[in-house]
Amino acid sequence: MSIDWPTLLPLVFAGLMGVAILLYVILDGFDLGIGILFAAADTDDKDTMIASIGPFWDANETWLVLAVGLLLVAFPIAHGVILTALYLPVFLLLVGLILRGVAFDFRAKVPIHRKHRWDRMFFIGSLLAALAQGYMLGIYVLGLQQGIAAMLFAALVALCLAAAYAAMGSAWLIYKAEGDLQQKAVFWLRRTLVFTAAGMAAVSAATPLASPRIFEKWFTLPEIVWLAPLPIAALGLFLWLWRMCVHLPGHEDEHSLKPFIVLSAIFALGFGGLAYSFYPYVVPDRMTIWEAAAATESLAVILIGTAFVLPIILGYTVYAYRVFGGKAGDLTYD
Amino acid sequence: MDPLLLSRIQFAANISFHILFPAITISLGWVLLYFKLQYNRTGEHAWMRAYFTFVKVFALSFALGVVSGVTMSFQFGTNWPGFMEKVGNIAGPLLAYEVLTAFFLEAVFLGIMLFGFRRVSNRVHTLATFLVAFGTTMSAFWILALNSWMHTPAGFEMRDGVAYPTSWFEIVFNPSFPWRLVHMLLASGLTAAFLVAGFSALRYVLGDRSASMWKALKTGVALGAILIPLQIFAGDQHGLNTLEHQPAKVAAMEANWETRGNVPLVLFAIPDEEARENRFEIAVPNVASIILKHSPSGVVPGLNDFEGEHPPVAPVFYAFRIMVGVGIAMLVISWVAAFYLFRRKVLPNWVAYSLVPMGLSGWVAVLAGWYVTEIGRQPWLVTGVLRTGEAVGPVTGGQVALSLAGYLALYAVLLFVYLGVLVYMAVKASKEGDEEPDPAVKDRPLDQPVEAEA
Ligand code: HDD
Ligand code: HEM
Ligand code: HEM
Repeated sequence: MSIDWPTLLPLVFAGLMGVAILLYVILDGFDLGIGILFAAADTDDKDTMIASIGPFWDANETWLVLAVGLLLVAFPIAHGVILTALYLPVFLLLVGLILRGVAFDFRAKVPIHRKHRWDRMFFIGSLLAALAQGYMLGIYVLGLQQGIAAMLFAALVALCLAAAYAAMGSAWLIYKAEGDLQQKAVFWLRRTLVFTAAGMAAVSAATPLASPRIFEKWFTLPEIVWLAPLPIAALGLFLWLWRMCVHLPGHEDEHSLKPFIVLSAIFALGFGGLAYSFYPYVVPDRMTIWEAAAATESLAVILIGTAFVLPIILGYTVYAYRVFGGKAGDLTYD
Repeated sequence: MDPLLLSRIQFAANISFHILFPAITISLGWVLLYFKLQYNRTGEHAWMRAYFTFVKVFALSFALGVVSGVTMSFQFGTNWPGFMEKVGNIAGPLLAYEVLTAFFLEAVFLGIMLFGFRRVSNRVHTLATFLVAFGTTMSAFWILALNSWMHTPAGFEMRDGVAYPTSWFEIVFNPSFPWRLVHMLLASGLTAAFLVAGFSALRYVLGDRSASMWKALKTGVALGAILIPLQIFAGDQHGLNTLEHQPAKVAAMEANWETRGNVPLVLFAIPDEEARENRFEIAVPNVASIILKHSPSGVVPGLNDFEGEHPPVAPVFYAFRIMVGVGIAMLVISWVAAFYLFRRKVLPNWVAYSLVPMGLSGWVAVLAGWYVTEIGRQPWLVTGVLRTGEAVGPVTGGQVALSLAGYLALYAVLLFVYLGVLVYMAVKASKEGDEEPDPAVKDRPLDQPVEAEA
């Protein structure tokens, strides 16, 4: 059997890009969420909250660099179209990421009376980055439309994504924190979960309505039958998580990692739904992955490297998470 | 407002800000590894204290490098979509390999290097330090391969106006790459060396005489004194390579308006592009011909061969002189300091005072060097393949102006705070000593001490 590389490679890269984006959203999601929760946290809690993400955030953000990098290298034309259309939100995203990245370091190194200033920057940066990402998602879902209605919808998605990230942050804190802070995290999780569910519902409703093609993909027989489990599973997980919150924090810290895992699964389901809706387009309804793909020989060169290196990256990432497993203490340079 | 001009200024601002921090971290990682290995070998705690002090400088610089790097990786799409459309098949894989082989390695092991000392064994911690240093160096390798390819493209063919790779070996090891890589790695070594020396000299000036201060100071001075002659040699070779492949750039660097023999070395002048001549020129006869052609009568190509096709002369000319001037200052100061420190075993105050401002000399030279290189490539983005003006995107001037103003304001604040924190750290360390915990005794995680000791 001969393999049709020009058809297969763009598909593989679309998949890889999807994995990178999903990992980014889950991993940096909890980092940014912690930053957003700074608004509600006491001064005493902040060091612990930072300690719970300190060793990870840089590697987490690298998944974004990989995702943008894959878009850039595998679908160069789409990369230009999408990023020029989203010019200002991208700029705000970058400002947000810059602020939170430097605030991390500055807050621990500036004279003590200036620390709270960088704590505030950490909050502002994280919130700005989350809102910008949500806004970009909203505009993208509507096929890069630029009207006032699209902007309002995107603003709604922005708020919901920020809340969803805060939920991820809370879930991470339930795993990493103890005592009082853990209690608070449970409370925060319940608050933010409502918005997360609303946001997912809004995006799910808007995507088919914005595009007849996507409507067709979901609401015809037999597709609707075998797609139904997707939203049902998501709903089930939401309810399960909601109930779980009542019993948390558990006896002997049981189940402390579960909320994070369940929430990640919900994110993955939502992401899967989006991927199904947009396939085979990278720029919704305008450019398919094959139209946008780079030269086959270039993709092949990257794929070979990726096949070797990605497992290694995943391996040492897991190792690092294990080294820093357990409850977060004080973060010191040792 | 012209989106092209604004996009160029924005790109220049972003990359200039970015390069400041990799220039430090690429080599500071190796310096830290050296501190760590010295400690492993001698068991002297002063080495470990020097390590802990500079690991903070490293962490701070790294954070700024990462956030500005993420900005860079979005720039291609937001401002220069024409770049990826035309040469994406070549630029893409190089950037992808940078992310895969360098960024993840750095980012993941950075966590262990910074916060893992008590959680992993001493050996694993040393390994993590090595991997971070190795990762930053790999970053430089890939990105410089791309940048050098843009200067001296090779190993590709054009089909329907799009570049396709024909030989990856020729693409990576394009004609200017070896010299640029060597020159940049040495530049990074010098930047870190003078930063370490300047930081320690500031502590000395403030009255600090601790063992860790001496160790760092000596390391910085020795490293600088060793690397600077190598750098001057490498820079000269780099220039000869440029003469072969981008003669218009060298003509601009020398402000040599006409092709001729017996070209003088212009020490100072005000190049006048309207009249196509130098004003207020101070020059040494024949020397440029000797440097570039190894004979006083050697014929050197001048700007008249490239009228309308050469880069703006004045910025290239001045920037080159700034870089070389800083290089000479580095040579003098590092050798004088090395003489006193290692021969006379004293540090006169005037030497210490002159080392302090030299702490940032690497930055000045690195920026000046990049301005020579990049402005000297204009009007091309990829020499002979793509003009800068063809790559710019459809974004309006107003949007670019807005983002540019935002970046400039942000960078000004960050630079100010960064330098302020460095000074504050030096002042604090000289008053209170390096307030870090004593290092581990045995090679097991649990031996790493738990409490900070004064
Ligand atoms: C600490 C930094 C530093 C120092 C002291 C020097 N340089 Fe440099 N130079 C660089 C840092 C640098 C750089 C930042 O690494 C550049 C920019 C791009 C590149 O390839 O290297 C550069 C570029 C650069 C170029 C342009 C290459 C091109 O055409 O693209 C030349 C000809 C030289 N250098 C030559 C010299 C000479 C003769 C020096 C003697 C003192 C010197 N440099 C000192
Ligand atoms: C790291 C240090 C660097 C510095 C300080 C630097 C500086 C500059 C400057 C000043 C310009 C504007 C030149 C002009 O328009 O007159 C420029 C242009 C450019 N450089 Fe670099 N550069 C650096 C590295 C790189 C690298 C590594 C790449 C490639 C990956 C690169 C790609 C470009 C591109 C695409 C432009 C286009 C914009 C333009 O020409 O104006 N540069 N750079
Ligand atoms: C257009 C050019 C460039 C782009 C797109 C770019 C992109 C990036 C990105 C995305 C990061 C963050 C990686 C992370 O998340 O860990 C980064 C960091 C880094 N970059 Fe660049 N970069 C460019 C130019 C350069 C140049 C010219 C050098 C050195 C010669 C360089 C060396 C590094 C290094 C060593 C790091 C590690 C972090 C640090 O030490 O600051 N980069 N870069």
